Parts: sequence; structure tokens; C-alpha cells
Amino acid sequence: MDLYEHQARDLFAEYGIAVPEAETVEFAREAALAAERLGGRVVVKAQVKTGGRGKAGGVKLAADPAAAELTARQILGMDIKGHTVVKVMLAQPVDIETEFYVSYVLDRAAGTFLAIASAEGGMEIEEVAATRPEAVARIPIDPAEGVTAAKAAEIAAAAALPPETAFVLQSLWQVLIKEDALLVEVNPLVRTTDGRILALDGKVTLDDNAQFRQSRWGDDQQDPGADPLEAAAAAKGLNYVKLDGEVGIIGNGAGLVMSTLDVVAGCGARPANFLDIGGGASAQVMADGLSVILSDPDVKSVFVNVFGGITACDAVAEGIVQALESVRLTKPLVVRLDGNSAARGRAILDDRAHPLVEQATTMDGAARQAAVLANAGQA
Amino acid sequence: MAIFLTKESKVLVQGMTGAEGMKHTRRMLEAGTDVVGGVNPRKAGQGVDFDGRAVPVFGSVADGIAATGADVTVVFVPPPFAKAAVLEAVDAGIGLAVVITEGIPVHDAVVFQAYAGKSDTRIIGPNCPGLISPGQSNAGIIPADIATKPGKIGLVSKSGTLTYQLMYELREIGFSSAVGIGGDPVVGTTHIDCLAAFEADPDTELIVLIGEIGGDAEERAAAYIADHVTKPVVGYIAGFTAPEGKTMGHAGAIVSGSSGTAEAKKKALEAVGVRVGSTPSETARLVLDRIAVTA
Repeated sequence: MDLYEHQARDLFAEYGIAVPEAETVEFAREAALAAERLGGRVVVKAQVKTGGRGKAGGVKLAADPAAAELTARQILGMDIKGHTVVKVMLAQPVDIETEFYVSYVLDRAAGTFLAIASAEGGMEIEEVAATRPEAVARIPIDPAEGVTAAKAAEIAAAAALPPETAFVLQSLWQVLIKEDALLVEVNPLVRTTDGRILALDGKVTLDDNAQFRQSRWGDDQQDPGADPLEAAAAAKGLNYVKLDGEVGIIGNGAGLVMSTLDVVAGCGARPANFLDIGGGASAQVMADGLSVILSDPDVKSVFVNVFGGITACDAVAEGIVQALESVRLTKPLVVRLDGNSAARGRAILDDRAHPLVEQATTMDGAARQAAVLANAGQA
Repeated sequence: MAIFLTKESKVLVQGMTGAEGMKHTRRMLEAGTDVVGGVNPRKAGQGVDFDGRAVPVFGSVADGIAATGADVTVVFVPPPFAKAAVLEAVDAGIGLAVVITEGIPVHDAVVFQAYAGKSDTRIIGPNCPGLISPGQSNAGIIPADIATKPGKIGLVSKSGTLTYQLMYELREIGFSSAVGIGGDPVVGTTHIDCLAAFEADPDTELIVLIGEIGGDAEERAAAYIADHVTKPVVGYIAGFTAPEGKTMGHAGAIVSGSSGTAEAKKKALEAVGVRVGSTPSETARLVLDRIAVTA
């Protein structure tokens, strides 16, 4: 889960990293008072979990509280790369002398975390790395040792950062470890004209797998900027991602479901979603999944693609039949069952003989049929 | 022959007495796996009866190894306790630890992978279906009845269900070994480790490599193939339609910016002469074509 910038800022502050004074508001009318408390002149920043907000007009300087309210009104509700702005952060402007970049990222290939630092902050680090790779220091961190004072000094020296940034590097590592983060990034980390080191903007990605021991962000799971179908699916514990197309997809196993999306796309239709019901899926999961997909107005046909490994296809078929009791099927459903107990599963669906349910024996054939039905439904 | 797992392998199951552990220990035994014991410190000294076969429970991996000569452990321990279980297995000197558990925090995986890296223990997983050498042994949750015939295909995959799908389509040819390396961002055994082992395995004539979006393991595998693999490799990549920045089921399956895309992986593989199927079934046909040519 990605955090909002204001959450990352609060987290950094909690670990002793200096950040600008700031307040976050959801309503423009709150912005003037907040700006006044911050000294009048503020930077108004859209809070969205995506990059490129500056270019999209989501970051603006306001000269006084009245201007802050006006600017907040302009930015709130704005759409930035598909994310609706539902809150803005107002921050005291700082006089920047120099900008730096520091982060800890997971190096998947090496299986360790990597410190990335550069004296050329403020830009996309990928751009700096592409054009001037020598300006970016990459130092692997031994998980058994972590970032000691000596390691922090080594990172700062390698990137030609001033020695006083070493404290930030150590504190940032504590954020990574103690919060179970997969990414912590400060860009830019700045030295102000009066010599302070401040984290001006930050990004933190937390590990969803660590939720069982990290209750801190539990209340924030309902992301107001999230897609409503994704929110409904998440509330039912479903592994669902909304996409732009018209063929609803249900399958078992992340790899097979991704593959199903690709095969449908290869048949001239677009997948409407990713939905993995996992191994040993129950009738309830199937019913929940179908109800979310059928409530998507973009969906014109549904493709259920199951290869029974541990999952038994007769149980999947029972799930579909039960789902048909509780969910009114309004769109055609193409089902492909293969593997464990496939013959029994197919027989169960044949017996039910629902007019909108048809079966196919191969994944490719089923995808073609679902695509044809979706395209017919659109015409 | 086979890679990593043979009929000589003696297998412990950590977490055997839990629901998943019980279910899959029974299935492993049915597939012919020599399961020599379970590990549960609270049930040491007890035994579990699997259809007439008594499997002892040991208090630790070390006790299990001392009593049975076990060289493989399969880990079903839940996420909060998985790190300790794997570290214990490494400390006990196990040769192979197959970590099935899904949902282990990345920081825990980083710690135990680094620890194992300094030892002689090979880790497969986490968040993987394990591996099977048909006709010999099955360590994990791959359903053994999908493809029972030993054969000349070696398969390595990030995905469980795509492994099952391809094994099913190619069951007439048969497999030397099929290894599910797992869908987490940090895994122990990589595509490259399996390519190297299959290249060295005299029973393997052709390698199937299944990848998915996220990271650059497939690009690295392509570079390795160019320099080190003489056997034919057929590939499949899932996730061409995955949007940027969304996790697609597997914790590691995510396109970040322009990196980790299916397109880049496919291109890297094709550039080194790997034929990449556009669907699982087409991938199976590419394998059948190659096998027909080499037969």
C-alpha cells in the first residue's frame, strides 16, 4: 500500500527527520485558516498516490490565506492520472539552497534493500540515472547489519551528499524496518539557505503482507480515491483489479488469471478486470466475485476460467450454481473447467442448463467465445 | 534423474499437523514422496497416521534430521512464524527448504534468504507450489496426478496454476522436474538456478520457462540462456494487459513505471532464440513441435 505524501511526512517527523510545517484539509473553506496558522504564504499540494502532480497543476504556491482557499478549491476534485484529489496539503514554503535524492528500495534480483542517493535531487531519479549514471550512488544494505552510522556516512560520501544527511539516512532506514516498508523515498531532501536539512516530499510503500503486525494504517484502508468496484471487492476480501474493458474475468491463481486477460485481449476484446478466486475457492467466493463483476456496467460478458489443481472443478461448478441462486445473471457467462474433477463440474453445469451459461472445453476457445459475446453486447 | 528432488529425497514437513500441512502431507505420500517426519515443537514424540502409515512428529528440524537423515523440508508454517521456521531449517543444515507459505513479509524473506545464502541450504519460494519430479517425489502442493509420467521436459515457473496448465497440456511427453519458484518479490531459487540445473540434467531435453510481470528475473534468465544453455527453451509470459502500478494477485507481479513489463521480458527471451507462446496452449504446441523435431 502506498501512503499519501502527508502520511509519509508525518511518519518521517515521527522518526526525527525534519519536515516543513504543514496541514492537510479536505475542504477548501478550511484552507484559509490553515494557511493563516502556517504564516499565510503556503504551497498547496494535491494528495494523490501517483507521480507527475506538479506537471498536472496539482502543486501551486499561494501568497496569502485567501489565495490558499482559492487554490485549494481549484485543486480539490481535480483528476490526476485517474486519481481524484480528495485532500490537499498546505505546507510552509522553504528557501532551498540545494536538492538531494535519497531512498531505500528493494533490489529483487539481489534479494536485499539498496540505498540510492544522489546530489542531484528534485528530478525523477530514473532520468538522472539514465542521463548521468555516475551521479547516482547505489549501495546494497546487509539485512543483518542495517544502516549503521558508518554505513550512512558511506552512502552520503558515495553520493557526495553533505555529512549532516547521514542522520536522515539512518532515520529513514528505521522507517523502512520498523514500518515494514518496501520503499521509502525522499525527493527532494533539501538544504535550506539557513542550513537546515529538510525532507520536502516523500513516498512510502508499505508491505501488505506485514499488516498482521502493523496496525497503524488499518483505519486508512478505505482509500477515498479508490475505484468504487475495487473498494467493494476489497470489502469482500477479493483479489480484484478494475480494468477498462468489457469482458469480466474470474479465474484461479494469479498467473492463470493474468494469462486469461492476455488471451482475451488477443481475441479482440478487452478484459474488464482481474479477479483471482485463489485455491480451494468456495461457493461464497464465486458468488461474491460474480456479484462484483455483474455490477460493473462496462461488463458485457463474463469468462470463468478454472484449471483445477487443488481446486476441484465440481466445487467450482457448485459455486456457480449457488451464485446463480443469489445473483441475477444478466450477462452471458462462458465457463471453462479443466483439470481436477472437470467432468463432474461440467455435468453439474449441464444439469443446471441456465440459458445464459455456456461451456467451452479449451481456454483459447472460451476466450474467443467471451470476446464474441462481449462485442455483440456492445453493438 | 531430476533436479533438486529425487526418489532418494527424505522429506520433513514443518507445520505438518496444521490443516494445510495434513492435507498436503497425505497427497505427497500418495505421490510416493518419502515423508519421514513432521516438525512441531508442541507435538514432539507424537505420530500422525496417514492411511496406515505412521509419520513421527519431531520437536525440531535438527531432531528430525538426526533421526531420519532428512535432506528436504517443506514449510507450511503461517506467515508470522515462517521466518523462524526457515532460519531453524537453515541452522539444522537442511539441503533444500521448500517454502509454500503465502503472505510472508518481505523483510522476513530478505533476512532468511540472506541467511541461507551464507549456508549450503537451497530455498525454493516462498509463496510457491513447490516442485515435483514425476514418478519419484513431490515436495509441495503441485497435484501429482496432472502429469504422472517421468519425461524429458524441465519446467520452471513463477505461477502455480500456469505450471498445472502446462503440465496438463504436456502430460503425454512427461517431465523430469517441474519447479514453482514462487510469485513473491524475493525468492530463493531463481529461473537461472533452474536453467543451470536442467542444462546439467541428462534426462532433461527441453526447458519450459514461465514468467510474469514484475522485476527482471526473465531478462536475467534470457542473458543466462544466451551464454550457458544449449538445450531448447520455450517460454511463456503472463501479464501483457496488466496496468502500471497495480499488484496482480502475486505480491511480486507489478509493473513499476516502465520496468517489469511482459513485453520487455518476451523481447529479451526472443532475442536469445527462445520461442515465446502467446497463450498457454500455443506454448504447449511450440514444445510439441520442438520435441517432434528432436525425437
